[in-house]
Amino acid sequence: MGGDNKFLGMAYVSPYVVGLCLFTAFPFMASLYLSFTDYDLLSTPEWVGLDNYERLFTRDRTFNKSLSVTLLYVFMTVPLKLCFALLVAVVLNYKLKAIGFFRTAYYVPSVLGGSIAIAVLWRYIFAEVGLVNMGLTAIGMEPVNWFGDPQNALFTLTLLRCWQFGSAMVIFLAALQSVDKSLYEASSIDGAGKWQQFRFITVPLITPVIFFNLIMQTVQAFQEFNGPYIITNGGPLKSTYLLPLYIYDKAFKSFDMGYASAIAWILFVIIMALTLIAFWSSKKWVYYAGDKRS
Amino acid sequence: METVTNLEPMRKGDRTLSPQELQIQRAQRRGAIIRYVVLTLFGLLMLYPLIWLVGASFKTNEEIFSSAAFWPKEPTIQGYIDGWQTSTPYTFARFFLNSLYIVIPKMIGTAISSVIVAYGFARFEFPGKKILFGILIATLLLPDVVTRIPQYLLFRELGWLDTYLPLFVPQWFALEAFFVFMLIQFMRSIPRDMEEAARVDGANTFQVLWFVVVPMLMPAIISVCLFQFMWTMNDFLGPLIYISSVENYPVSLALKLSIDTTEAFNWNQILAMTVLALAPSLVVFFIAQKYFIEGISTGGVKG
Repeated sequence: MGGDNKFLGMAYVSPYVVGLCLFTAFPFMASLYLSFTDYDLLSTPEWVGLDNYERLFTRDRTFNKSLSVTLLYVFMTVPLKLCFALLVAVVLNYKLKAIGFFRTAYYVPSVLGGSIAIAVLWRYIFAEVGLVNMGLTAIGMEPVNWFGDPQNALFTLTLLRCWQFGSAMVIFLAALQSVDKSLYEASSIDGAGKWQQFRFITVPLITPVIFFNLIMQTVQAFQEFNGPYIITNGGPLKSTYLLPLYIYDKAFKSFDMGYASAIAWILFVIIMALTLIAFWSSKKWVYYAGDKRS
Repeated sequence: METVTNLEPMRKGDRTLSPQELQIQRAQRRGAIIRYVVLTLFGLLMLYPLIWLVGASFKTNEEIFSSAAFWPKEPTIQGYIDGWQTSTPYTFARFFLNSLYIVIPKMIGTAISSVIVAYGFARFEFPGKKILFGILIATLLLPDVVTRIPQYLLFRELGWLDTYLPLFVPQWFALEAFFVFMLIQFMRSIPRDMEEAARVDGANTFQVLWFVVVPMLMPAIISVCLFQFMWTMNDFLGPLIYISSVENYPVSLALKLSIDTTEAFNWNQILAMTVLALAPSLVVFFIAQKYFIEGISTGGVKG
């Protein structure tokens, strides 16, 4: 292709470049700047240096609580959700009649995703006289105070996200289907059992996808907002007051834009740090079979 | 289980199976049955909340409190009637219409801009392409939370608060990296012969895109539209930040408003409106499920 193709290519991607500058790159830098200022939306931002950060780490109890709750939430939700997703994907990978129906059924809760309606539903299902407690009473168990007890509230939110393992599952399923079947046949001749096959053939071959899901789900879990906002509103006793809620309150309720930006940046740095650790460690455990995966 | 296993020798026709073969077959069949049972039980557990929701929306308030069963004893549509009216001067019809005012421009704008940009990435070489593609992938990981506050300030400067513009205009610039990435993946798998033939016949690149690539890419474009539809219907934080007057509320905000304002324990109204809020997404999903599954396994997805 000729020389003007260079310009054609640039022309085609130019909408993205414009949008990227306007709505991503510029706000990204502005957010960093704002985090060093005091800004209440009315007067001009006032430079305060590291004040916001100092206040966060030394004087802000709510921030400490919110940070630890967020980390707890992410470290509970992500592994649980991925385990579910992989387990179900393995079962759904068998050739069974009506398997398409099951795949769809397991995917439905995720399609509805972070929808507000699902959060509302969750709130009523786990209410004190909700569906789950009625079920527990029916089988002779004690009802549980799912959202009223600070010990349980975060866990109940975790359940909501684990219920929505579908999109991770679909990605696992696609990966499982591309695993070469002859490897299983060869290993079963060598006497390998089902678990050994899973452990030593399946898992290594799908590590790229495990890695992908791990990163995406982590980034997402750190940004959880709808669930805690609708269901518990951060309570009881701030036990579900995740950082995105705190940022929202600071920015859009108390109009403390500078301080909120500082919290957002801390959240961003944590996500980036974990992502970088994951990328760095992936060299040791993610296995790419030649250039098969593009 | 017994009756099923008894059928096996007959199925194989004239050849009788050896005892070992029979045993293996029986084990396989038992395995399949166990899998079905587990899948069904677990599937019911997964779907029961949604099934219960639909049943409960037709119950009276007293019955919602007293029974975990799906089927209402005295079915009533009172919850739908009262819920639809809302405590505001508007009915839910208004809020559904508002959601459409956001969804439609967002969906169309996303599809057009993402296809154009993906075409640029998939079919052309230009300086800085690698870096730009790297940035595209990196923004997949960029948490929205970092850019949200300055974006809000930007839209405030532009006078766009309490309008739908902040909710869809950024999407006209192919900013959802996931869609661009997904479309690039699809385009890579399309052979270039037809495009080259069209070029030889004198078509310019835009004509090639429009008349050759877009038709072949249709399933992927439909995936993009469907995901965008779903995500937009489900979006809550965007409208929460930008929309302030009730008359402009989309469904998600209206639903939140109705939990806040409906007197305590008018559950059936809230559950009825929850069913309606989920209905468009569910209908779209069931009509077009294969596009979702294809899209998700090609691009990988959040959600």
